[in-house]
Amino acid sequence: MSIDIETARRVAKLARIKVEKDRLPGLAQEFSAILGFIEQLNEVDVDGIEPMTSVEPMRLFRRDDVVTDGDQQAAVLKNAPDAREGFFAVPKVVE
Amino acid sequence: MLDLTYDAPKPKVISGATGDWELVIGLEVHAQVATAAKLFSGASTQFGAEPNSNVAFVDAGMPGMLPVINEGCVAQAVRTGLGLKAEINLWSAFDRKNYFYPDLPQGYQISQLYHPIVGEGEVLVELGNGTARLVRIERIHLEQDAGKSIHDMDPAMSFVDLNRTGVALMEIVSRPDIRGPEEAAAYVGKLRQIMRYLGTCDGNMQNGNLRADVNVSVCRPGDYEKYQATQDFGHLGTRCEIKNMNSMRFIQMAIEYEARRQIALLEDGKSVTQETRLYDPDKNETRSMRSKEEAHDYRYFPDPDLLPLEIEQAWVDDIAASLPELPDAKKARFIADFGLSDYDASVLTAESENAAYFETVADGRDGKLAANWVINELFGRLKKEGHDITQSPVSPAQLGGIIALISSGDISGKIAKDLFEIVYTEGGDPAKIVEDRGMKQVTDTGAIEAAVDAVIAENPAQVEKAKQNPKLAGWFVGQVMKATGGKANPAAVNALVLQKLGL
Repeated sequence: MSIDIETARRVAKLARIKVEKDRLPGLAQEFSAILGFIEQLNEVDVDGIEPMTSVEPMRLFRRDDVVTDGDQQAAVLKNAPDAREGFFAVPKVVE
Repeated sequence: MLDLTYDAPKPKVISGATGDWELVIGLEVHAQVATAAKLFSGASTQFGAEPNSNVAFVDAGMPGMLPVINEGCVAQAVRTGLGLKAEINLWSAFDRKNYFYPDLPQGYQISQLYHPIVGEGEVLVELGNGTARLVRIERIHLEQDAGKSIHDMDPAMSFVDLNRTGVALMEIVSRPDIRGPEEAAAYVGKLRQIMRYLGTCDGNMQNGNLRADVNVSVCRPGDYEKYQATQDFGHLGTRCEIKNMNSMRFIQMAIEYEARRQIALLEDGKSVTQETRLYDPDKNETRSMRSKEEAHDYRYFPDPDLLPLEIEQAWVDDIAASLPELPDAKKARFIADFGLSDYDASVLTAESENAAYFETVADGRDGKLAANWVINELFGRLKKEGHDITQSPVSPAQLGGIIALISSGDISGKIAKDLFEIVYTEGGDPAKIVEDRGMKQVTDTGAIEAAVDAVIAENPAQVEKAKQNPKLAGWFVGQVMKATGGKANPAAVNALVLQKLGL
């Protein structure tokens, strides 16, 4: 499978990564190479083999339903480029 | 449990210029899970807190933070599944749904696309007049809610509050088994009722704790039956999804509008485009969310931060053993045990608190009489004051006491209403109030006879008229009731008046 320039542009946009136009052909080529490798992997017959989800035999850790976090408005907003009256302030987004 | 049998209701039909059209509707209901903490963080789910105060660094999408699942949310999802008679999947897994929006700082929502925790179930939706729709549930999955953006606080900026970010939602997906706007609202109402009984979602639509995405398509009569027979969607029309509605009324209005819009397109020789739309209640119309189209490429993949969720059958069985009696079973039992009408049983089982109140009142007493008093007097009075049953100044024991006094013949129905008013406003033991204030019904024939004789003796002209026109006997009954302060037994008065007047 090969990735064309338009697909590379779209993927970059969806990921909110700014890519200059002249870099798109190179990016598309890299994507294609990666997918080429995955195609190679797809040739391996994995019928009847369960996907491995962890290298250690462990189960998902579960927490009790207790409030243990929060109450840190100042810390949460600290890195925000703009915050007002306890809110993050972002460029207007209206549907 | 009594088996209630219902007929399927007729689908909604809209007549177009080229013939009749039917509606086909499926819903995705988002129900906020009732827990103290969020799905993957220890922050509180409390509504109405200071902005960004119920936020852990996980919720804020800070680099390096890892999600840890809240077992309470898992238990609530299982509980809801069991309440909807659904299959519980002991193995489920979480996926990332990628999209960019300011109120979703992770850049993806953790959801369960491929392996939901709950599989197929069903809900019986009663629609009155002995009809009900059995709606199939396709799945329920757990996912994170997004935050809240406020657009009207500043002309150039949107304000973002992440308090709701990461709160657990159950997305309950139905099959396209719903056939009209009223059915859709009734379905949401039934889910809400069941979840409130289970204690898994408070169902507060105003706060957005219960919201629905509605899929609407139209087809010709007969097409839906072909779909039912084959489960082949090719027999149905192209659907549109109306997003995020949190009002029963808007759900109905949006469906009605959307169906008519699609019919107009089709009859005009055009086709319906599958898309996401928004309902605007001010204009009563739906419009395309075009901006969402490109973003709709969600690039789902298994969340590498979370191992699969494995639960044990014994744990599920423990939850199953703790389920309360659910609305359908309770209603059937009320009809069977208390001899209530279908309608009265529905009203009394609408909320579990109402049902519990009624049962205490009716315990060992006349069930129908208890139902009348709870529904007409108590609910009526509470509604007037804008109160619900938990705020009732009259306890079940007090109302039961009033009903016992009626049943024993100690007070008349009319006096009972006065007594209810006294108990409602002043409180106290009904039997003692009746005793202290001399409200007991006079059943002593001698006393009633004396009162009847007195009224007859004082009104000779009326006696003559009554002899010509027996209907006037009622006037004498009224006078006697007045003379005895309403305490005489009306039936006894009536009989004596007729006897004394020789009618």
